[in-house]
Amino acid sequence: MSTSTAQTRKPRLDFKDRVAGLPKPVKIVLWALFAVFLFALPLLNIPFITTEDSDFGGVLFTVATYVLVALGLNIVVGYAGLLDLGYVGFYAIGAYVVGVLSSAHASLPWLVAVPIAIVVAMISGVILGAPTLRVRGDYLAIVTLGFGEIVRLTLVNSQWLGGARGITDIPRPPGIELFEVPSLDWSNGTPVVDLDNTTTFLKFGIGDFVPYYWLALVIIVLVLVFDILVKNSRVGRAWEATREDEDAAELMGVPTFRFKLLAFSLGAAIGGLSGALFAGKAGFISPDSFQLLLSILFIAAVVVGGAGNRVGVILGAIVVSYFPERFREFADFRVLVFGLALMVLAIFRPQGILPPGRTRRVKRADEREQVLEEGLPDA
Amino acid sequence: MQFLIDNFAALTITGLAIGAVYALIALGYTFVYGVLRLINFAHSEVFMYGSFAAVWVVMILGGNVSGSTGQVIFWVAMMFVAAMLMSGFVAVVIERVAYRPLRKRNAPPLIALISAIGASFVLSEAMGLREKIARWFGLDDTLRDYVSNSRNNVPLPTIIKPQGVFNLFGYEVTNVDIFVIVGAIAMMIVLDQFVSRSRLGRGIRAVAMDPEAAALMGVNRDRVIRVTFLVGGVMAGAAAVFYLLKIGITRYDVGFILGVKAFTAAVLGGIGNLRGALLGGFVLGLAENYGSAIVGTQWKDVVSFLLLIVILLFRPTGLLGESLGKARA
Amino acid sequence: MPEPTMNMPEPEAEGIIHTEVDITPLDLGGPTIADGEKLLEVDDVTLRFGGVVALDGVSFDIRKGEILGLIGPNGAGKTTCFNVMTGVYQPTSGGVRFLGTALGRRKKFAITKLGIARTFQNIRLFANMTALENVMVGVDAHHTTGVISAMFRLPKHRSEEDTGYRRAHELLRFMGLDRRADELARNLPYGDQRRLEIARALATNPSLLCLDEPAAGFNPAEKIRLMQLIRSIRDQGYTVLLIEHDMKLVMGVTDRIVVLEFGRKIAEGAPAEIRDNPAVIAAYLGVDEEDAS
Repeated sequence: MSTSTAQTRKPRLDFKDRVAGLPKPVKIVLWALFAVFLFALPLLNIPFITTEDSDFGGVLFTVATYVLVALGLNIVVGYAGLLDLGYVGFYAIGAYVVGVLSSAHASLPWLVAVPIAIVVAMISGVILGAPTLRVRGDYLAIVTLGFGEIVRLTLVNSQWLGGARGITDIPRPPGIELFEVPSLDWSNGTPVVDLDNTTTFLKFGIGDFVPYYWLALVIIVLVLVFDILVKNSRVGRAWEATREDEDAAELMGVPTFRFKLLAFSLGAAIGGLSGALFAGKAGFISPDSFQLLLSILFIAAVVVGGAGNRVGVILGAIVVSYFPERFREFADFRVLVFGLALMVLAIFRPQGILPPGRTRRVKRADEREQVLEEGLPDA
Repeated sequence: MQFLIDNFAALTITGLAIGAVYALIALGYTFVYGVLRLINFAHSEVFMYGSFAAVWVVMILGGNVSGSTGQVIFWVAMMFVAAMLMSGFVAVVIERVAYRPLRKRNAPPLIALISAIGASFVLSEAMGLREKIARWFGLDDTLRDYVSNSRNNVPLPTIIKPQGVFNLFGYEVTNVDIFVIVGAIAMMIVLDQFVSRSRLGRGIRAVAMDPEAAALMGVNRDRVIRVTFLVGGVMAGAAAVFYLLKIGITRYDVGFILGVKAFTAAVLGGIGNLRGALLGGFVLGLAENYGSAIVGTQWKDVVSFLLLIVILLFRPTGLLGESLGKARA
Repeated sequence: MPEPTMNMPEPEAEGIIHTEVDITPLDLGGPTIADGEKLLEVDDVTLRFGGVVALDGVSFDIRKGEILGLIGPNGAGKTTCFNVMTGVYQPTSGGVRFLGTALGRRKKFAITKLGIARTFQNIRLFANMTALENVMVGVDAHHTTGVISAMFRLPKHRSEEDTGYRRAHELLRFMGLDRRADELARNLPYGDQRRLEIARALATNPSLLCLDEPAAGFNPAEKIRLMQLIRSIRDQGYTVLLIEHDMKLVMGVTDRIVVLEFGRKIAEGAPAEIRDNPAVIAAYLGVDEEDAS
């Protein structure tokens, strides 16, 4: 519509519009290139980006887990507007279901345990949500905080779940060893293909975490597609309407409780999936991996990036998980600096790094309005 | 179960004493929530700084176990002064740095929570890293007693030996127990009077009830908010002293779990309600002590969180309802 | 899409209202009645809050196809009456019957599905959603697409999305908001927000449309235009219940009027009868000149 008129007059198009304006085949190629880049990232060993003190594949896997968690939590916090401070509980449930079913009390393969973990996390979301989603919004925060702690303390105190020692020997995802992928070596300033340092496609072993990162990437893409499809439907609109004004939504025919519960349990399911993935990579889980602090970090990832905007929360998750790994030399001051960053960000970018697309769309509409008011200079 | 019956008096007194501490911290949450409608996540650090101030002042004054009665009273009084000043100061700084800039920009409440989480991290880590920070200034030797082992427990030098005062069903109730419980209740009464009688207290209630109307009636909202943080902080400082006298140690991350418990107490009693905070603190303290006697101490925290969930389901406004102003729908 | 904007006319404060767009209620298979029959019956409804009696034995009917005015001084219980009819409050005694069935303890969203829709006195749009999305939420009231259909883009999702989108656009066009479709509700000018609320309510395909002071804050010219709009909504086949402060306005547009005062019904009848009713005149005496005029 008239949006684009205003834009043609603007000397600089922003990136998103420029991409949107490209012909479709070009777009597909660009996306494919981007995907290849993401998959190759751990092997490119790009200077500065690559973490030197810790295995880059492992770091990228951690980042990917955070992204996955943030996408799940974004459904709950960003779309439906429910403040969930106990998300780590579902993450832990997912990991422990895999641990129990594949190592501690049964020996199902990882691939079989994962769907069960998702379902169990989802059911626990329903069980927690059904009574608590009726209470007022700000109380939900504290109830979920309590839930996260209950899960962790139950893990610590239950000998059946391994107590404080946790569960070991969790099987890895199944692999097929097809070929070796070389990596790049930058030690002379220019990239050289390093045939000695290779990653086996697709071997989920110990020591080389790149395949886990690949697996996580694939899952992220699937979850993203799911997110986009569901958000752009009656379900997504119902979530947003509930977030904006619960009473008005109800009076416009939205069964708000049902949709809140749906968001809560879908979020829980994705949390469980992330936990299951984590368990498969770590091979070992203990209650220490599921501290309450992690819930706070997850929330921070969503809000820092811009709650409600999926690209934003992905960025937020990367910020929250990657920077502390990259700047390990300040390891002692990590949390301190992180806290400062949160404050600065909250004060100077209260909408998050990338505010919901809406806000930008609004800006554009405002510009259009301005053009209308000032008349059309070249018409 | 037998354990519960055998130790009923001991559990009750301990529960009341720790409950009193919860209640005093809960006040800070309740106050800020009543006025600003947000969870001041950094309030736990306010408590933590007060506890360190109290320990340090005793160390500076050379407090020890063989002091005369007069000396002990002086030390305890100084602990209160130091802790309340420190906590009040930290609380006001949090308001100034983490909340006011957001309020000026009308940021959504979720953002205020993030900012508060950030402030909480900064404060607790700064305390946990005090040895390294002191080294930057070359002070780590001079201040060794205060900053070394900054990530470990810090004990309060023993200044009062707990002595049995009277026997309650087989449990010797100590002077410390009595002091903590009576002292905390006395502080609450003073505060309750302050809020209902003084001009500032009326301002606080007015802002809690209806910020816009209060502004129209000439109440300075910024000032009221500052006072709210200050009062909450001072109470947390007092809580820190009572806590130290009863438990005896503190550390840089002591605030987190205590803060969550205190918030639970506030919600339990009815957030925004001062008397509710007192009741919620005692109920929580008793419940977790009785509960852990039945199912085992390792389940103590689970008991208190379950209690919170159950209360919220059946009485979402807490035991006494929300009434600093009145509950806004 | 072709660019109609290159030789754009002077920007207008308000979009053009297209009352010729067909927005007649869809037949979703519910019970139907003939014009003039009782659509909704408020039967001896009393509502107490603690000691305060907000509604005291109020009874009246709304007949299909009419515009019924609900008037009364401030605090007379008009909005409360709306709230009882839409399930926000449960009456202490008495009840509401709609299309022959008692509303009982039905949930709010279920009542909306039955066919009662409303707007709010103080605008309550979904501020951070676009105008189109606001209306789509209303259209969705009768849709059943769930996660599974949406996820796999099943035919149900596609057909519902398709018809919903078209319907929403027609409604926006009818209300003169089609050019604002992609703007956030909170960025719309005040008058557009008011009309968007009506569009959103119409989207739920109501048999009865309840408007709570839709002209509040409008200047006289805007008020008259809105009343014409309300009449054309009725002409498309809707029944309208209208709360309005402005007596003159109500007289001009309504078929019948119910007057409330202090929670009681003090009069009911055609506009001309109400104008001369001594009880109504007494009730409005002492009320601001502006309100009563």
